[in-house]
Amino acid sequence: MSVGLSHFLTIGAVVFSLGLFCVITRRNAIGVLMGVELILNSANINFLAFSHFSSGTIDGHLFALFCIVLAALECAVALAIVLAVFRNFDKVIDMEQLTTLHK
Amino acid sequence: MEHAAFQQFVYLFWIPFFPLLGAVYNGLLGSALQRRLGEKWIHAPAIVFPMLSFIITIAGFVKLTGLDPHSRALYCNAWSWLHIGNLNVDIAFWMDPLGAVMAFVVTFVGTLIHIYSIGYMRNDPGYWRFFSYMNLFMFSMLILVLGDNFLMMFIGWEGVGLCSYLLIGFWYKDEKNAVAGMKAFIVNRVGDFGFIIGVFLLFWGLGFSLETFDSSSLATVTSEETHLNSSLVIREIEESLQIESVHEAFTGKKIFGFSLVTLICVCLFVGAMGKSAQIPLYVWLPDAMAGPTPVSALIHAATMVTAGVYMVARLHFLFALSPFAMTWVALFGAVTALYAATIGFFQYDIKKVLAYSTISQLGYMFIGVGVGAFSTGIFHLMTHAFFKGCLFLSAGSIIIGCHHQQDMRKMGGLKTYMPVTRWAYLMACFAIAGFPFFSGFFSKDEILWQAFNSKDMMLPGGGKIIWLLGIVGALCTSFYMFRSYFMTFTGEYSENPHHVPKESPKQMTCVLVILGFLSIFSGFVGMPHLWHVHNLFETWMEPVFESSSSLIASEGYTHTLEWMLMGISVAVAIIGAWVAGWLYKNRENPLPGKLLASKKQIIRIPYNLIYNKYYVDEIYQHTIVWLIMNLRLALDWFDRKIIDQLVDFAGTAGRWLGRFAGYTDEKGVDGAVNATSDMVIFSGLKLVTIQTGKLRNYLGVVLAGAIILVIANYLFF
Repeated sequence: MSVGLSHFLTIGAVVFSLGLFCVITRRNAIGVLMGVELILNSANINFLAFSHFSSGTIDGHLFALFCIVLAALECAVALAIVLAVFRNFDKVIDMEQLTTLHK
Repeated sequence: MEHAAFQQFVYLFWIPFFPLLGAVYNGLLGSALQRRLGEKWIHAPAIVFPMLSFIITIAGFVKLTGLDPHSRALYCNAWSWLHIGNLNVDIAFWMDPLGAVMAFVVTFVGTLIHIYSIGYMRNDPGYWRFFSYMNLFMFSMLILVLGDNFLMMFIGWEGVGLCSYLLIGFWYKDEKNAVAGMKAFIVNRVGDFGFIIGVFLLFWGLGFSLETFDSSSLATVTSEETHLNSSLVIREIEESLQIESVHEAFTGKKIFGFSLVTLICVCLFVGAMGKSAQIPLYVWLPDAMAGPTPVSALIHAATMVTAGVYMVARLHFLFALSPFAMTWVALFGAVTALYAATIGFFQYDIKKVLAYSTISQLGYMFIGVGVGAFSTGIFHLMTHAFFKGCLFLSAGSIIIGCHHQQDMRKMGGLKTYMPVTRWAYLMACFAIAGFPFFSGFFSKDEILWQAFNSKDMMLPGGGKIIWLLGIVGALCTSFYMFRSYFMTFTGEYSENPHHVPKESPKQMTCVLVILGFLSIFSGFVGMPHLWHVHNLFETWMEPVFESSSSLIASEGYTHTLEWMLMGISVAVAIIGAWVAGWLYKNRENPLPGKLLASKKQIIRIPYNLIYNKYYVDEIYQHTIVWLIMNLRLALDWFDRKIIDQLVDFAGTAGRWLGRFAGYTDEKGVDGAVNATSDMVIFSGLKLVTIQTGKLRNYLGVVLAGAIILVIANYLFF
C-alpha cells in the first residue's frame, strides 16, 4: 500500500476535527488558542498534500508558509488579548464566563 | 349732426367736477376745520365751487347762443371709460339747449340755496357734513343733466338718490328721519329698476333694429357709419332712429304682443315716476320733508325730483314714437296733479303742504311732456324751480323764525315780524297759483292749453280729460297755497307773546328776494304765441325737440278758444285764492273750525279720507309691505327649516364620515403600523437569546451549519 493523497487528507481531517473539538470543549482560553493552531495546521497539511499530488507547483507551499506566519502573528495577538482579559476580568479566562466584552 | 360739428368745450367737464372738489374738501377736512377754524372755512369753499360751476354754465350758455341753432351743442370728452366690443362709453359731457337750461337751473338755484344754508344750518354740529352732501348732490345732478350717455345719466340718477337719502336722514339720530331716508331710497329703487330695464330693452332693441339696416344705403349716410352699432349715447340713438329702415324695424318690433317702444317708454317712465314722485311711487316725497329745509328746497322741489321730467324730455324721440306711452305719461301726470293737490287741503305742516304741492306741480310737468309739449314742460320745470324754491326757503325762514315750529295752526300774524319772507312767499304763491303775469301762469297755462289741444291722447275726449283734471288741480292749488299763506302770515301770532318771531339773517332773506323776483319775472321768457310776442324759451329749445315735432299732432283749435281757456285758468286761480281768503284770512271765519268739528258723515268721510292722504301709506303698509314682511317670515321659516336642516344634515353626515374614517385609521392603518413594529420588537426579543456570547455555542452552530451543508451537498447534488 503506497501512501496517497487520501491518507494525507484523512490526517488533515483528523487534525481539524481534533482542533475543532479542542476549541469547542476547552474552557481555558489558552486551550482554545491551541485548538485554533491545530485547525490552521490541518489546513497547511491539506495545502501541501494538494500541492504535492495534484499541481506540482509551489503555490501550496507558499500558502502554507503564509499560514505559519499568520498563525504566529495570530498567536501573539491572541495571547496579548488573553493577557488583557486576564487583567481586566479579575483573573478569569474561562470561556464559559466570558460572554461580554466588558465587565 | 355729427361729431365734428360739435363745438368742443373743455371746461364743460368742470361744471360737475367743481362741486365734487367741494364735496371732497368738506368730506375729508370739514370735521377738523369746523372744530378748529369755524364754519367760515366750511361754507366758503362749499359755495365758491358751485358758483364756479354756475359761471362756467353761463359761459357755456353764451357760447351756445353764438352757434347755429341746428348744431347748438357743446361737447367735452373727459376720458374713455368702457370699450367692450362695439360698445363705447366715455365720460363725456354734452350740453345742448336742454342741458344748458337744466344746468343753469341746478347751478343757479343750487348756489343760492347754498348761500341760504349758511343762515339756516348755523351752529349745526353736522355743518361740514351738510355742505359736503350738498356739493355731492350738485355733482350728481350735473352729471345727470350733462352726461351724454345712459350710463352717465344712470350714475347721476343713482347719485342724486344717494344724496337725497343722506340728506333726508341728515339728523339721523331721530329714528323717524332715518326711516324717512330709507323709505325714499327704497321707493326710488323700484323706479330705478324700471329705468334700468328700460335702458337694457332700448339697447337690445336698437341693436336688433340696426342689424336690419341695409348697408347699401350707406352711400347716402356715410357719416352715420360709426353709429351702426347699438349705442348708449343718447344723441347717437336719436340719430340711428332717424334712419328710415332702422326706424321701421324698431317701431315694428313686438315682444309678448307689446310694442317694444311702448314697453321701453313705460319702463323708463316707471323710473321717472319713482324719481319725480308720481302716483303710485310718490309716497316717499312727503316723508322726505324730514330733512333740513334747504334740502327740501334744492333736492325735493327744484332739481332732483324734476330729473324724471328731464329724462322724458331728453328721450322725447322715443316717447314720441309711442302714443300709448305719451298718454300714459300725461294721464299719470294729470291724476297726480289733481290727487296731490287735494291732499294739500288739510295738511297743517307747512312743509307737507309744499311737498304735496311739489308732487302736484311735477304732475303738470308730466302733462306737458306727455302731450308732446316738451319745451313747455321744461319751462314749467324752470319756473317751478324758482317759485317752489322760493316757497320752501320762505318756509324754512318761517320755521327758523318760529323756533322750529312747522305747524301752521301755531303760526299766524307773521307778516309784521317777517316782512321780507312774507313778500317772497306771497309772490311765489301768486306764481304757483297761476295769477296773470307771474311766472307760473305762463308755464302752467301753456301746458294746459297744449293738453287741450293735443290730438295724440288715446283717451275718450282726447286731451280734454287731461285738461279738466289739470284745471281742477289748478283750482285746488290756488286754494291750498293761499290757505297756507293766510294761516301763516295773517291774524295774530298766538303762540308765545314774549318770544316773538324775528326776520331771518341776511344770507337767507337776500336769497328769498332773488327767488321772489324770479318767481314774478322769469315767466316772461316764455310768453304764449297768442299774445303775438316772441317766445324766447321755445325758440331756444326748438332744435332739441325738432326730430320729434313731426310726430306730435294738435287739434289746431282757434285763438278764441285759447283766450277762453286762459280766462278759465285765471278765474280758477282767483276763485281758489278768494275762497282761501274767505275761509282763513285773519282766522276770523268760524266756518273751517265748525266744519272740522262737524260730526256729519258727509263731511267726516271725505275729510278723513283726504286728511289721511287717501290712506295710501296704510294701503301700502297692509299690502306690499305686509306682503314683503310675510314673505320675509316665510323665507325665514324656509331658511330655518329647510336650508338649515340641509346644512345640519351635511354637517352630521360629515361628522359620521369623520368618525368612520377615524375608526378605520385607528384600527386599520394604525393597527398595521403597530403590528409591524410589534413584530420587529417581538422577533428582536426572541432573536436576542441566541446571542449568548459563548464561543462554543457559536462554533457549534458553525459546525452544525457545515454538517448540514455537507449532507445537503450529498443529498441534492
